[in-house]
Amino acid sequence: MAKSYSAGVKEYRETYWMPEYTPKDTDFLACFKVVPQAGVPREEAAAAVAAESSTGTWTTVWTDLLTDLDYYKGRAYAIEDVPGDDEAFYAFIAYPLDLFEEGSVVNVLTSLVGNVFGFKAVRSLRLEDIRVPVAFVVTCGGPPHGIQVERDKMNKYGRPMLGCTIKPKLGLSAKNYGRACYEGLRGGLDFTKDDENVNSQPFMRWRQRFEFVAEAIHKAEAETGERKGHYLNVTAPTPEEMYKRAEFAKELGMPIIMHDYLTGGFTANTGLANWCRDNGILLHIHRAMHAVLDRNPRHGIHFRVLTKMLRLSGGDHLHSGTVVGKLEGDREATLGWIDLMRDSYIKEDRSRGLFFDQDWAHMPGLLPVASGGIHVWHMPALVAIFGDDSVLQFGGGTLGHPWGNAAGAAANRVAVEACVQARNEGRELEKEGKEILTAAAKHSPELNMAMETWKEIKFEFDTVDKIDAAHR
Amino acid sequence: MSEMQDYTSSLSDPSSRKFETFSYLPEMTPEQVRKQVEYIVSQGWNPAIEHTEPENAFEHYWYMWKLPLFGETDVDTILAEAEACHKAHPNNHVRLVGFDNFAQSKGTEMVIYRGIAV
Repeated sequence: MAKSYSAGVKEYRETYWMPEYTPKDTDFLACFKVVPQAGVPREEAAAAVAAESSTGTWTTVWTDLLTDLDYYKGRAYAIEDVPGDDEAFYAFIAYPLDLFEEGSVVNVLTSLVGNVFGFKAVRSLRLEDIRVPVAFVVTCGGPPHGIQVERDKMNKYGRPMLGCTIKPKLGLSAKNYGRACYEGLRGGLDFTKDDENVNSQPFMRWRQRFEFVAEAIHKAEAETGERKGHYLNVTAPTPEEMYKRAEFAKELGMPIIMHDYLTGGFTANTGLANWCRDNGILLHIHRAMHAVLDRNPRHGIHFRVLTKMLRLSGGDHLHSGTVVGKLEGDREATLGWIDLMRDSYIKEDRSRGLFFDQDWAHMPGLLPVASGGIHVWHMPALVAIFGDDSVLQFGGGTLGHPWGNAAGAAANRVAVEACVQARNEGRELEKEGKEILTAAAKHSPELNMAMETWKEIKFEFDTVDKIDAAHR
Repeated sequence: MSEMQDYTSSLSDPSSRKFETFSYLPEMTPEQVRKQVEYIVSQGWNPAIEHTEPENAFEHYWYMWKLPLFGETDVDTILAEAEACHKAHPNNHVRLVGFDNFAQSKGTEMVIYRGIAV
């Protein structure tokens, strides 16, 4: 029977709080951490979030009756306490698949983290996790190549790959920059990397950088007999400019390019990922701006959500944090999101902050990149935490070697191989790391020197954003 | 701090050429090789032997020694095949491969007999 229209404001929970609802396999599911304003009941706040992130607005409108709102609305279907936080609660919301354009990560985010985050009835709001239904996953391109194809193209098996971000971040000329890359690559690195803010500044325009880096790669490959790459950053002011740079990288025969997916934006990123798939070029993804969104435990978007969004949008590498280096990253939470990058099916696991099962269907996985304040002494822990399917990236930990980049690279390469060899022999890396590295250094003066140089450096600050845990 | 050391590697010196995993470590002893074979078997991977002239090591495809040893879990049998390959091609690199048929990729590979660089 048709409904009649009556103007006015009614409580959100009358329409959007549905504790009896059983989510469908095709629904998008979201878990928000909500801190409501004083006096707003949990059910009302949860329903308001469901409404404002889907079909609702603050008042009844006559055009609501021209559609089947009960079909299209988001539904708050569960509420849970947040361990260790008496003010906040988790709200679980299900959204029907029809609310989202196929293949559009942009559209998903515009709904789920749109206006609702400024909504007055909640004091703060954090999107903790989402479950992307397989029905949506298969409409997205995902990683242009994936882990297996990258290993085959680069000919790297049975160990983590090694990278290095060229420093200083800014100010080098293109020719000096190419020299820094060449030295790292000839010393045994697999990749060197443009820093995120290296785009095309007056001191080093992109075209000259690409040309000198290409020469560095070709010579290092001829000299070492191994395959090499450099993440050429094509992040640019406009998509047109970005594609121009990508095309030139391809013309030079380069195996991999790079993009910053948050500052560059998801539209640009998805387009570039499609281009990379069409052109056989690997795509490294940097995550500048992520900590603005994901570091506050009560407001923003958790990195595991940003990880899922990137896997859908497309990238073959994504920075994951290191756990042990200079940048923030809780160990269990990091293990959770690196599983989200690499595995095809990830089970709900609250101890790792995973609120839902996630099925990626046929979508390839991508390599986590551990980068930021790491050096040879961290190698045993890094190999233990990340395993073979990862890129370990030492910037200062390569370039800061007293004998230069080639020696720094060789030190890291010897260290990673020694750790992998020991792990394969059944030894426990995190317990025996020191003995393993010390034994390897007997055959490598470069490693010996690196171990001398960095033996006192640690980054032992507590993590700001931890897994929610009971406080009493 | 010891004195600064030069990094010696050059186009003209064939011994500068590496061959991926474990090529920056000293050549493995027979006991160490055995442990790596055990690792491949423990992962459930299919062992295989490949070889090449060192000057062609950059190429993706090396020569297969017979077929991969599908389902072979006896470490001595695997080591005997590698040794037979080495005897037949004493100047070549001989590598041990573990095919991971679930990842549809090599789980690992490493040179266990180093060829003579030319």
